[in-house]
Amino acid sequence: MVLEGMELIAIIVVIGLFFVVFKQFGVWEPLLLDESSDCELELSAVRYQPEGLEQLQSQTKFTRKELQSLYRGFKNECPSGLVDEETFKTIYSQFFPQGDATTYAHFLFNAFDMDRNGAIRFEDFVIGLSVLLRGSDTEKLRWAFNLYDINKDGYITKEEMLAIMTSIYDMMGRYTSPSVRDDDPSEHVEKFFQKMDRNRDGVVTIDEFIETCKKDENIMASMQLFENVI
Amino acid sequence: MATGVAAWLPFARAAAIGWMPVANLPMPIAPTEKNKRADELIILNVSGRRFETWRNTLDRYPDTLLGSSEKEFFYNEDTKEYFFDRDPDVFRAVLNFYRTGKLHYPRSECILAYDEELSFFGIIPEIIGDCCYEEYKDRRRENQERLMDDDEDKKDAKLPNMTFRETMWRAFENPHTSTMALVFYYVTGFFIAISVLTNVVETVPCGTTPNTKEVPCGERYTVAFFCMDTACVLIFTVEYLMRLFAAPSRYRFMRSVMSIIDVVAILPYYIGLVMTNNEDVSGAFVTLRVFRVFRIFKFSRHSQGLRILGYTLKSCASELGFLLFSLTMAIIIFATVMFYAEKGSTSSKFTSIPASFWYTIVTMTTLGYGDMVPKTIAGKIFGSICSLSGVLVIALPVPVIVSNFSRIYHQNQRADKRRAQKMQKARLARIRISKTGNSNAFLHSKRNGLFSDALELTSSTEEEQQLSKNQSLLESQHHHLLHCLEKTTNHKFADEQCYEQSYLEGALHSYPSRSPSFSSQEGMTGTCCTCCSKRNHGPFPNSSMPTCLLTNPPSHTHPHHNLQELSTIHIQPLNTSRSSLNMLVDEPARPNCQSGTITTAIISSPMPPATTPEVDAHLPPTGFALQNVVKVSAM
Repeated sequence: MVLEGMELIAIIVVIGLFFVVFKQFGVWEPLLLDESSDCELELSAVRYQPEGLEQLQSQTKFTRKELQSLYRGFKNECPSGLVDEETFKTIYSQFFPQGDATTYAHFLFNAFDMDRNGAIRFEDFVIGLSVLLRGSDTEKLRWAFNLYDINKDGYITKEEMLAIMTSIYDMMGRYTSPSVRDDDPSEHVEKFFQKMDRNRDGVVTIDEFIETCKKDENIMASMQLFENVI
Repeated sequence: MATGVAAWLPFARAAAIGWMPVANLPMPIAPTEKNKRADELIILNVSGRRFETWRNTLDRYPDTLLGSSEKEFFYNEDTKEYFFDRDPDVFRAVLNFYRTGKLHYPRSECILAYDEELSFFGIIPEIIGDCCYEEYKDRRRENQERLMDDDEDKKDAKLPNMTFRETMWRAFENPHTSTMALVFYYVTGFFIAISVLTNVVETVPCGTTPNTKEVPCGERYTVAFFCMDTACVLIFTVEYLMRLFAAPSRYRFMRSVMSIIDVVAILPYYIGLVMTNNEDVSGAFVTLRVFRVFRIFKFSRHSQGLRILGYTLKSCASELGFLLFSLTMAIIIFATVMFYAEKGSTSSKFTSIPASFWYTIVTMTTLGYGDMVPKTIAGKIFGSICSLSGVLVIALPVPVIVSNFSRIYHQNQRADKRRAQKMQKARLARIRISKTGNSNAFLHSKRNGLFSDALELTSSTEEEQQLSKNQSLLESQHHHLLHCLEKTTNHKFADEQCYEQSYLEGALHSYPSRSPSFSSQEGMTGTCCTCCSKRNHGPFPNSSMPTCLLTNPPSHTHPHHNLQELSTIHIQPLNTSRSSLNMLVDEPARPNCQSGTITTAIISSPMPPATTPEVDAHLPPTGFALQNVVKVSAM
């Protein structure tokens, strides 16, 4: 019998339905690109063990007990042994409930993640802390310079400083008194550059930075502020 | 602050060194830890089972029993351990909360026992983790339903001074309370049955009259049936009027389903009386008689089972609705396909798509009357697909209804998700109150700190200084951190209310001014109207922060502890406040204080309104103390 148009379509539809049913029952798998093991957190598959206590003791200025208690806290929050950027941002944001701390957390993450592999290991964490809490003034200032220098090229440009400053102001949030105007960060950056940029070349080098900071009493005093944190 | 986060506080503080070179102002002094002890293990003996943990672990939540000095009451000098005479199984969950920051609900525990343990240890149930919260709420609800059922049984107790009207109502609602009520109950039941039977028998053909045709009994014995009908309707009318008279709230009674059924059942009779035997309207009159069948629904007052069935159907209405929708879709699809498939064949019954609807329904429900049958091959193919899919689609709702009959809520249904979202909102709201209470803890303690400095110059009382020291070390460190940030940017944190009031004179409209301010579990409330009323007084001469928050006159306290309202109002603005920092700042609309009816639950302390800053300065400590009750442990 002659198949008219509608009947042809009908048969095609039926065949299509058959395929669907087969696929449903797993009888026939068309070429599926293997994305099924949907890169879940690579981090959770990998477990990272830190170096031994003695090594860390030699690399940092913490005592054994301090390292133990630091590791306990670290491991509690990140059982896999690695902190990725998202977790880091979440943790850091909880300290600043009124503002948005994610941008600054991003910069901080880059400052701590020294080997730039996208995750902070316990060694990075502890070495960074050691510099911040037990290091000399120069070391601390060097760390701060490293934080401001986003692209790690040895110079702080106005754009980099503006990004950092905006992120710091973001942490304050909306509700401040006086309220944060849009050009507050840039004004602050101007002041900063006026103070730091000796040779007026538009960038701040590490030497200018350290030299200027050492001359400022406020900054030096505040460097000592967190000595007894651990 | 959450557990792990507390562990990261030293890190956050150390990272604050990054702000130092940028800041132009000197930083505040860091709080020192007096008698800093090395971390030690403490032993918690709960009914003989020993749990050991670090002291720091427990200190994470200073508002609970274990985290505060309250546990010293349980210290046993001889054995050098803390002894609690409580359930060790539930204590496992409690201790895990300290360790991991998440509170879980062990499913094998009775809900009441669990609640008691939580309240003993000073933990609010709202922080139960998402994984266990649904289960917890479900059990809670079941328990309350059980209590309500018990209450209903108790309601039968006769109150001493009931008016005649109340007695009558009670008799109607609970027939077994008195003999008269029981008699009435049975009589009405009997008459309902008689009435229904009458209606049925009326239509039965009753033998032939001499003029050939068989007539239904109703037309043969018209008078008899009319008398029966009248009697039944009289009884029903009397019953309805009596119920109307006895009802405590007549308006509510008239709106209830049962009364509507009553009215619909007896109305046709009266309409029939009124209408003449006009040929035009008799057709409509016949239709009205159909409504007499509604009398059968009156039985639902007599049958508990019918009521449960109705309730079940009502509760899975959304599932049924979805089923109906999908069924309709399937019917339309198949009807269309069948129509076009059968269009070619001669003398096809499928004259139009709506005509095919009948075929589709009959096929999908596997009835198969056979009055419409496809003749073409395509039609037959589609017809078979239709019947196969019909079996599946019709078979779907049955287990749902069955399971709902035994357990009303079904986890994966949409109604549950909506309800869960509502619960989630309420819960999030309570947590958010406590959390934002924390962020305001900083502002508060700042004021407190300033105030205590000021007080040192004047003579200060012991308690107020005591209160300022009540902050845990963790909190003071966190506040120091926030203080450093303020100094770095040379701006101060402000509370949202004061921010709006001082700087956005009539700017914001979207905030029914929720204030994330102090919350205690007692849920004291205030309103935004105070802000508005202050606004009406004109800007304050020195509109500094301390004045606004605490000047809530007691007359404005709203007695509702209704956190449901709180939830709906808190969530939207709070969600937006964090994410969109560049919000609608330039809206010129005046904040609508008249909408103060829905505005929030802010907390007001029962203090006299302060008018001068000096008087104000005395208020913070007590407010702070009240706030101190529950803030941090919620995180």
